[in-house]
Amino acid sequence: MTNTSTIARGGGKPSAPGRRRNSPQRPARASGLPPWVIPYVLLVPGLVVIAGLLLYPLFQMIVISFQKVGIPQINGKKPAAWVGWDNYTKVLDNEIFWSSLRNTVVFAAVTVTLTLVLGTAVGALLNKLGKKMSTVVVVGIMSAWAVPPVAQGVIWRWLFDADAGMINWVLNLLPDWLSSLLFGRADWTGEPWLNDALTIYLVLIICVVWASFPFIAVSVLAGLKGIPTELYEAARVDGSTPWRTFRKITFPLLKPVFSVLTILSIIWNFKVFSQLYVLMNGPTNREAFNLSMFSFAEAFRSPPKMGTGAAIAVILTLLLLVVTAVYVRQIVKTEEM
Amino acid sequence: MTPIARKRLGKVALNAAGVLVFIFAVFPVYWMVSTSFKTNDQIFTTEFIPFPTELTLDHLHRVLTEGVAGNSIWLYMRNSAIVALGTVVIGAVFALLAATAIARFAFKGRSSFLVLLLIVQMIPAEALLIPLFLNVKRLGLYDQLLGLIVINVGLTLPFGIWMLRTFVAAVPKSLEEAAWIDGASRFTTFRKVLFPLVAPGLVATSIFSFITAWNELIFALILMSDSSGYTMPVALQFFFGQRGTDWGAIMAGSTMMTIPVVVFFLLVQRRMVTGLVAGAVKG
Repeated sequence: MTNTSTIARGGGKPSAPGRRRNSPQRPARASGLPPWVIPYVLLVPGLVVIAGLLLYPLFQMIVISFQKVGIPQINGKKPAAWVGWDNYTKVLDNEIFWSSLRNTVVFAAVTVTLTLVLGTAVGALLNKLGKKMSTVVVVGIMSAWAVPPVAQGVIWRWLFDADAGMINWVLNLLPDWLSSLLFGRADWTGEPWLNDALTIYLVLIICVVWASFPFIAVSVLAGLKGIPTELYEAARVDGSTPWRTFRKITFPLLKPVFSVLTILSIIWNFKVFSQLYVLMNGPTNREAFNLSMFSFAEAFRSPPKMGTGAAIAVILTLLLLVVTAVYVRQIVKTEEM
Repeated sequence: MTPIARKRLGKVALNAAGVLVFIFAVFPVYWMVSTSFKTNDQIFTTEFIPFPTELTLDHLHRVLTEGVAGNSIWLYMRNSAIVALGTVVIGAVFALLAATAIARFAFKGRSSFLVLLLIVQMIPAEALLIPLFLNVKRLGLYDQLLGLIVINVGLTLPFGIWMLRTFVAAVPKSLEEAAWIDGASRFTTFRKVLFPLVAPGLVATSIFSFITAWNELIFALILMSDSSGYTMPVALQFFFGQRGTDWGAIMAGSTMMTIPVVVFFLLVQRRMVTGLVAGAVKG
């Protein structure tokens, strides 16, 4: 590939081939390094960061999960004692671990499904809308996506506020008979949404879906724009139904995009922290912990139990790795690395 | 119904759906901004007031002068800006070097490095919390913004390299070769040819890192014990007081925190989606 352009140039300028022979040495002289070293030199800072801030701490975390690390050890007054699998057995015996695990998995499953369905629907809608309208909607949904997670939590905590929140006002608007039929009650004033694990997660799901469907929608839109229109024309000429067209053309072509979006959503939703932290006002309600919050609370709320916290973090990481191994394998397979 | 009428009706339905999506996305943001300009009478009411009839700058004034947790909100904005900009500057240089190596050189270990980049992105930040906390304490970086900067570089760099390399790879190699042939050194080629063409991608990557560092809550919570070192996400938590919440003030604070991110987002929106999806799909 690259040779063709050089030869074309060489044809125009007789002296070019001679110069070209010199060119490999020129950069070497300029930087004073043999050429094969250059990529490694360029990689050094990045590798140092990855090794020092990600890989080594990962190793340390595994070690800590087998140790007892409390205040004396944090302050360096006592060396950390090796306790074997103690931290793990303690964690597995703890009810809060099992409720955290359930919260993490159920929340991720529900949120990923809702985000993908809503995001895909909106992406398809954007593809059908006129240019002006679609730009307006894209700017709108992007501003929701852009809101920082902490501010997302603040906004939805305010919307679901017991006394002055908008949601209770909306629910009060429903005709009494309908409200009683659906929810068994008519008066919503003062309904505290954020006291109970179940309703905290209801609010959290709405909050996270609201903030993350835009990314799915815009990605699906980009994917749809990339499908050649001739395919659809051909399908129409052949009398294909819309559903059949979707199943036979749109879906297969967008499949790689969907699988990436699914995995990214799983990764993001498995470890949601900031929004949950705001909605339940710090690690207060133990029934509403997810694994991230549980690990955080064990390690950093007094008395700090870093060993147990690390054991929970190891379990969370293993769970994520199992899920994402599929993704890594797929990328490595399709990649022309 | 005639086909034309049906088509028109379909179009109306589509646009109506578009309007609904727009309202669902934008209303909560609007509600945050409008609450920060409402008077307390109009905030703490069981009535619904879609458009405030009285606007006030009281809340904004209060968070700027009284602030929260003992400091003006400016200090927290400044801390957040220092952390985010520090992360971007260091991260951009490192990412550009590594991305150039991957996209421009064939070397031994290149594909292993790419796989490594993918795998480290799967490590949840929460998993590194405990060891990094202990390391930062040991290194004497506890309670210092520099400690947060270093950690944010670690959190954002793998993705930064991953995203940037697609932009470097998109610059035709023949351009650089032309420069070499004309006698430019490798460095001059980099500065005059590659850099200007990669600059837009570098901006997009930098903004992504900026936003990540700006929004980061969990490390800022554990690495800063003194309130003068809080970043915005931490400071906002302190508005939720024991005696009830000052919703006007917290909305003013949240709005201040959100505005820079939204502006950046809209600036690089298209490139960022391309980068995210391309980075993930095609690699």
